[in-house]
Formats: sequence, C-alpha cells, structure tokens
Amino acid sequence: MMVNFSLLLPAVLNGVTTGAIYALIALGLTLIYGVLHIINFAHGSLLMLALYAAFFLYTLAGIDPYVAVLILVPAFFVLGYGLQRFVIQPTSHGRDENILLVTLGLAIIIDNLALWLWTSTTRTIDTSYAFEVIDLGFAFIPLPKIIAFFGALAFAALLWALITFTDLGRAIRAVARERDGARLVGIRVEHVYAMTFGIGTAAVAAAACFLLPTFYVTPQVGYAFVLVAFTTVVLGGMGSFVGALSAGLLLGIVESLGGLYLGESLGQLGIFVIFILILLFRPMGLFGARA
Amino acid sequence: MTAKIAGAVLLALLFCVPFAVQSEFWLSFWLLVLMYAFLGQSWNVLGGYGGQFSFGHALFFGIGAFGTAILQVRHGVNAYAAGAIAIALGAIVGGAVGLLVFRYRLRGAYFALVTLAFAEVARILISSFDYTGSGFGMLVPLARGVANFQFEDRRVFYVIAWVLVVIGALVAWWLENSRFGARLMAVRENEDAAQALGIDLIRTKVCAITLSGAMAATVGVFYVQNFLFVDSHLAFGPAMSIEALLVSIIGGMGTMFGPLFGAVVLHALGEAAKQITGNAPGLNLAFYGLLLILALRFLPNGITGLLSRHPARRSPESTHA
Repeated sequence: MMVNFSLLLPAVLNGVTTGAIYALIALGLTLIYGVLHIINFAHGSLLMLALYAAFFLYTLAGIDPYVAVLILVPAFFVLGYGLQRFVIQPTSHGRDENILLVTLGLAIIIDNLALWLWTSTTRTIDTSYAFEVIDLGFAFIPLPKIIAFFGALAFAALLWALITFTDLGRAIRAVARERDGARLVGIRVEHVYAMTFGIGTAAVAAAACFLLPTFYVTPQVGYAFVLVAFTTVVLGGMGSFVGALSAGLLLGIVESLGGLYLGESLGQLGIFVIFILILLFRPMGLFGARA
Repeated sequence: MTAKIAGAVLLALLFCVPFAVQSEFWLSFWLLVLMYAFLGQSWNVLGGYGGQFSFGHALFFGIGAFGTAILQVRHGVNAYAAGAIAIALGAIVGGAVGLLVFRYRLRGAYFALVTLAFAEVARILISSFDYTGSGFGMLVPLARGVANFQFEDRRVFYVIAWVLVVIGALVAWWLENSRFGARLMAVRENEDAAQALGIDLIRTKVCAITLSGAMAATVGVFYVQNFLFVDSHLAFGPAMSIEALLVSIIGGMGTMFGPLFGAVVLHALGEAAKQITGNAPGLNLAFYGLLLILALRFLPNGITGLLSRHPARRSPESTHA
C-alpha cells in the first residue's frame, strides 16, 4: 500500500501538537490521582470553564489567550484549592465512591450552569495570528499549534520542577507515598491535598489558554475531553508523570491518523476502544497504587 | 421499617393518581417519575446492593429502546415479542459487560469509567449506521391497539409503570431476604472478606449486572412504546445514566424504596424549580447536581435514612483520619 507522506506527516505533526495539550490536561488529572487517589470527574468541566474564561477575557477585555495564562493559572489554582478544601473533602466523608460522585455532581453543575448562562452556541475567537503558518520544508503547521505545543511542554516541565525541587513538591510526594507517615512528621495533609488539586486545576487552565486559539468552546466540550484525559492517564499508568506525557502525544497522533483514514466519527471511537482495552488488559498496572 | 411503611403508602397514593388527576400534563409527569423510579431501581440492584457504581446505565436503557424499535421498524416484529427480545438483549449485554469487566477485576472508579465508555461506544455506533437511524433516531409507526402495545388511554401505560415499580420493590425485597442478596451485599461490604467466605465474586456480580441490565432495558422498551420515538443521544447519552444513579443515591442506596423516594423528590423539586425559573435549559440539571452534592454531604443514607431510625446502610467509618 502506498503511504502518502505529504498527507501523513502533517497529520502526525498535527496529532503531536494536539497530544501535547492532552498531555497537559492529563498531567493535572494524574497528579490529583497520584496524591489524593481520587478520580476527578470534574476535570473536563473545569477545562470547559477555563476555555470560557479565556474566551471572555479575549472578547470583553481584549486580553490575548497567551497573556491570559498569567491570570487564569493563578485563578484556577485558587478555584481548585477551594473546591477540594471546602466542597470535595467535607462531602466525601473519606470514601472513594463518594469522591467520585461529588466530582460527578460538580461536573453536572458546572456543565449545566454553563449551558444556562452561555447557551449551547459554539464560540471561537479570531486572533490576528490564527491563520499564520510555519513552513517546515516538508509540512505547514499553523503557528498557534506550535505555540500550544511548546507552551504545554514548558508548563509540564515547570510542573515537574515544582514536584521535584521545591518543599511543596517534597511534601506532595511524601503524602502520595505514605499519608499517615507524612502527617506524623508534621505535614499538613489536608493542605497538601488542596494544593495538589489546585495545581491540577491550574494545569487545565494553562491547557485551555493554549487550546482556545485553534479550538472552540461549548458547554459540552468538557465531556469530550474528560474521557480522552482518562484514557491518557490510564494508558500512561495512573499517577505517572512521564507516562501521561508520552500517552498524551501518542493519543494525539492516533486520533489525528484515525480521523485522516477512518473519518471523524469512527476516529473518535478509537479513543474509547483503546480506553476499554487498556482498562481490561492492564489491570495490575492500574491497581498497583491502590492495593 | 418506617421507611418501608412510608414507601408502601406512597405506592398506594401513586396508584390513585390517574383516577384523581385529570390533567394530561400531570399524568405524564407522574408516569415519568415512575419510569425513572424503576430505572433507578435497576441501578440500585447493581450499585446500591452490589456496590458497583455504573456511570453508563444508559447503555442498557438504550439497548432496550433501540432493540425493540429496530425489531419493530426494520423487521416488522410484533411489539410484545420485540419488547421481550429487547429485554433479553439487555440481560445478555449486561452479562457480557459484567463477564468482561469483572473478570479483569475492575472495580470502584474504574468500573464507573469503563461503563461510561461502553455507553459512549454504543452511542457512536448507533449514530453511525442507517440501520440504527444514524443519529436521527427511530420512529415507531403509530398504530393504536392492544395488539401493538400502543394504548389510546395513557392511564394504561401509567398502571403498567406502577406495576413495574412494584416489581422493582419486590426484586429489592428479594435481595434483602435471599441468599443471593446476602452474597451480593457481602461483596459490597468487603470483596476480600466475601471471597474468603467462599463467595464466587465474579458470578455474584455478573448475576447482579445481568438482572440490572434486563430491568434497565425494560424501561427502554416501555419508553419507546409510550413515546414511539427514541434517538441515540437521548438513549445512550450521559443524562440517562446520571438519572439512574441520581434517584437511587438521593433516595437511599441499597434500600427497597430508595429509588422511588428519590424519583418523586427529585422530580417534584425539579418541576418546582422549573415553574419558578421558567424553562431555562440546563438549570434543572444543575439543580440536580447541587442536590446530589447536598445529599452526599448531609444525607449519606439518602431520604430513606431520614425516615428510618436505624440507618439502612451503615457505611464503613472513615479511614480518612
């Protein structure tokens, strides 16, 4: 079979840039999972909220999404911190099923409030650079996609440095490994939980800012992303940083090639099928952290 | 016990609705409440008594709805036979999903996510082919008559829905008083301990999801006969899955009348909110989400927990120091 490289290469590159965003979203999710051992079902809804925030900052205040990173990342950090500290923690009574249901409840509230406030209209922004392309010699890549790719990688590197080198990072790793031991040596576990949730939410805000110039926003967009994010996390191994990063890139490519060869609807199916297969056939890897 | 008496009284009152209420609107409203109560009971069998939280119960509802619609529209099968086959299909799909998922020891959040993914796969597949209505949905031709399971008088549907809810309560009663139910609840409380007692975990859970799948498919069949229309987003979309778990959790998981209490309270409040705020899309669902969080926060045993002096389901106390 002839493989048409002039079609294939741009599709792969396109997939890699989308995949970097997936990776950044999944990093937030995997961090929260690795430390709190909870599945944050509201992750996609928070992404949707951040996309709207970036959209309104651009249309109402004229703030470019790439500049909005500086506003939205701290804002969503505070939001995430508050959600964990004042909603999820008191409501869950420490039971895993409850945490899942609380985050599901949050997702329902956020999604439907967005539907009520902003209707189901699909919204996009028009930036001056939206259609600029970079000629790589063998393929053309839209400039915003390149910025998204490097922005997502830079943010991921920042997260990694935060976890590896700072006192907060050490506390986070200590709580992830041995909660009661961490408490005994004087780490405020509830505070670390909320900080982690805040950082995970901040990662979503950064992803939204990089995503918006080449994407759209509707109240349902979070639902589409939530399963992709879970697939990424599960594929890469729950709680694994490098895993989420490489799985995100891989899924971006799979989706892009699937869309190229199978059409959009069935390409979407690929992600879910991968998700189910991974969950079924790699159970030990998945439960290693829970046992 | 108090909760059971309250449930029985509520059931008796609900039986009187079609004879006391003249308005078509309120008859339809209570009909939907009964339908969701039975859907919630189907979730309750697996989630409440078995501790396996499905986020994709729409899968079984959709199998029932599309099963009967396709058989009737594409193959001219009689409505009763089509309904029976569709319910059996719901049971088979339930059993197959259970065998696959439980054999690989998926539980907790992973079970929830994989059921959600299955429902999404079904939604995409059903929307992709002409045979299944390709996203536009399936319309069952109007042909009133007892032979076609289409009744002129909506009250007949109402009574059928009421009977379904009674059957659902009896299924729950059976679970509370049978050896199978005892095994299922043992699995819910502690899988390792249950296994140590010699309970076959997979078999118990697969039986529960098969029963649950058949019950949810029954709601799908009933829905199609009543409305003569179904589309893939309605049948397999997240709203139906959420409805199933919400009424059960708010009413009280693992209790006989929990889903009925949940459906009545949730929809009564939802309707009241709709009357106050006007028909604002999304607002009533946001309200449901808020109720879910409030119920988890303040009513860990649901409405049933409010009614009974002894908590129906004692939760293992927090390990979260």
